[in-house]
Amino acid sequence: MKTPHNQAERGPASATGRPFRGRTVRTGAGLSVRVDVRALTVVALLLVAALAASVVLIGTGDFPIPASDVLSTLLGNGDAGQEFIVNELRLPRVLVGLLVGAALGLGGALFQAISRNPLGSPDVLGLGQGATAGALVVIVLFSGDAAAVTSGALAGGLVTGFAIYALAWKRGVHGYRLVLVGIGVSAVVTAVNGYLITKADFVDAARAVVWMTGSLNGRGWEQVWPLLCLSAVLVPLVLGNARELRMLEMGDDTAYALGVRVERTRLLLMAAAVLLTATATAAAGPVGFVALTAPQLARRLTRSPGPNLVPAMCMGATLLVVADWASQRAFGADQLPVGAVTGVLGGVYLLGLLVTERRAGRI
Amino acid sequence: MNRLSAEDVTLAYDQRVIAEQLSVEIPDNSFTVIVGPNACGKSTLLRALSRMLRPSSGRVLLDGQVIQSMPAKKVARTLGLLPQSSIAPDGITVGDLVGRGRYPHQGLLRQWSSEDERIVRESMASTGVAELADRLVDELSGGQRQRVWIAMALAQQTPLLLLDEPTTYLDIQHQIDVLDLCAELHEEQGRTLVAVLHDLNHAARYATHLIALRDGSVVAEGAPRDIVTAGLVEEVFGLRCQVIEDPETGTPLVVPAARRARTGSGIAAATATAGVGKD
Repeated sequence: MKTPHNQAERGPASATGRPFRGRTVRTGAGLSVRVDVRALTVVALLLVAALAASVVLIGTGDFPIPASDVLSTLLGNGDAGQEFIVNELRLPRVLVGLLVGAALGLGGALFQAISRNPLGSPDVLGLGQGATAGALVVIVLFSGDAAAVTSGALAGGLVTGFAIYALAWKRGVHGYRLVLVGIGVSAVVTAVNGYLITKADFVDAARAVVWMTGSLNGRGWEQVWPLLCLSAVLVPLVLGNARELRMLEMGDDTAYALGVRVERTRLLLMAAAVLLTATATAAAGPVGFVALTAPQLARRLTRSPGPNLVPAMCMGATLLVVADWASQRAFGADQLPVGAVTGVLGGVYLLGLLVTERRAGRI
Repeated sequence: MNRLSAEDVTLAYDQRVIAEQLSVEIPDNSFTVIVGPNACGKSTLLRALSRMLRPSSGRVLLDGQVIQSMPAKKVARTLGLLPQSSIAPDGITVGDLVGRGRYPHQGLLRQWSSEDERIVRESMASTGVAELADRLVDELSGGQRQRVWIAMALAQQTPLLLLDEPTTYLDIQHQIDVLDLCAELHEEQGRTLVAVLHDLNHAARYATHLIALRDGSVVAEGAPRDIVTAGLVEEVFGLRCQVIEDPETGTPLVVPAARRARTGSGIAAATATAGVGKD
């Protein structure tokens, strides 16, 4: 995964190329902040894309609304009918999409950075399956309501995350050990899920299968608030530790030598990643492969070394909203859950990733 | 009193004890080299000295304080370490990688001061990688890459620098190159260096202070001229040899005895010490 652009930008060996990425803003008071201009541009463009896709998505459905009306309604100038459709029905669904996508993108970027492996993402590690198991237990064994299913999924994700941590961590982590343990946990949980489905009666089974595909259908404000509150706490916490995470990329020993409290940082960031993924899954079901692809795509765009947390977050949000729009556009509202679209796209991406990893001799 | 020392430390991975009741002093302003056969605990000792391994008993002292009780960043401003293996992130330039060595001096609001940049440039210059500053680390040769990692450790600006087998996997000319660089850092910049080396002759040539370990205990320590004898080499490595004067530097030079001159017992002793465990 080389970045050929650097070769093009670089002159001959002694050229005054740019040894340091980005620009530095310094003030007289001793403050200095480094800004990666390219990454910032990517983030800005992704945000614009996410917002544009959101507006289009809000306008899409059985009752189409032109983009201009969507905007004016959002700003509080729409008529009563549009206001109801936009603010009560479609806006929360889009917000859930944005938040779930952002949470999955960030969670994926964290997992991949911690495992130092693009395959070390929640999809492969079985966190989605773990959350599904939690949800299925509630649906099949207790016939619980939506709120109970959400709590069940959250608990399932957290328990799985803890199990992976406990099994994979032995004096620090090795990327492939995390991936292999995750694949094992994932297989076990998938088997449990299959068993639960066979135990279910027809109605519960249908409900379970819809939940398992990952969908934004019927998501409302009650899903938005928990996601928003959790993100408000976790995102600043994670970004505050981004520099430590960057040091961790170079190996535990190097990070230690530089004064990073390795285990503490890793535990904190991993807990944050599990929480983000579990909450996102609890809200929308296990939407596949966003956590795997978003960080990698973001990285391709920024061409920046490091975990690229904010770009991955924006990429996740954009991907999910666009995928939701595509699924509605192609198959009509309520027809094809968004998880099916991201699953197909992400599966193809995963194959490509496996091929390139294999060529690079890393598998 | 010296800045860095280990007092009666017992070093173990899980249940496997590598060294017991080991005490070591690193003389200030020395270029200390730790030698010994595989599995003698030399890398483990270095890990303990750099607070990466917590002794199960005893303590490691840095400037009179127990190293584990000190804030991590404060230690990292005093003591640097070049580990055996580091991972260069994909697509990073030499300049940015060396720049990461400034981490312990930085904060959320002080991310890249002009002083940081000056020190990074100096570190690259003194390791001879300044011309490579805008190159990608992935594209460098092994010798160049090792220089870059040393530059990163230098950018940390620590008076003490620990190096864990810095010459492993390098060609002979790059090995000498790296050792010359270490000697330069020691002599010209006055840093205290502690290195684990495999090659006894390199150790004898470059070290000002040698610590010979076997089975987790110190067999001898002191200036190479004073301690490296045929008897010591046989005791530590189980190898029969002659020690002659290095025609270039006058330091001791270990010449292993010819195969025929070594008896079966010598080889048996060498295999016995080699298989004890991991170091």
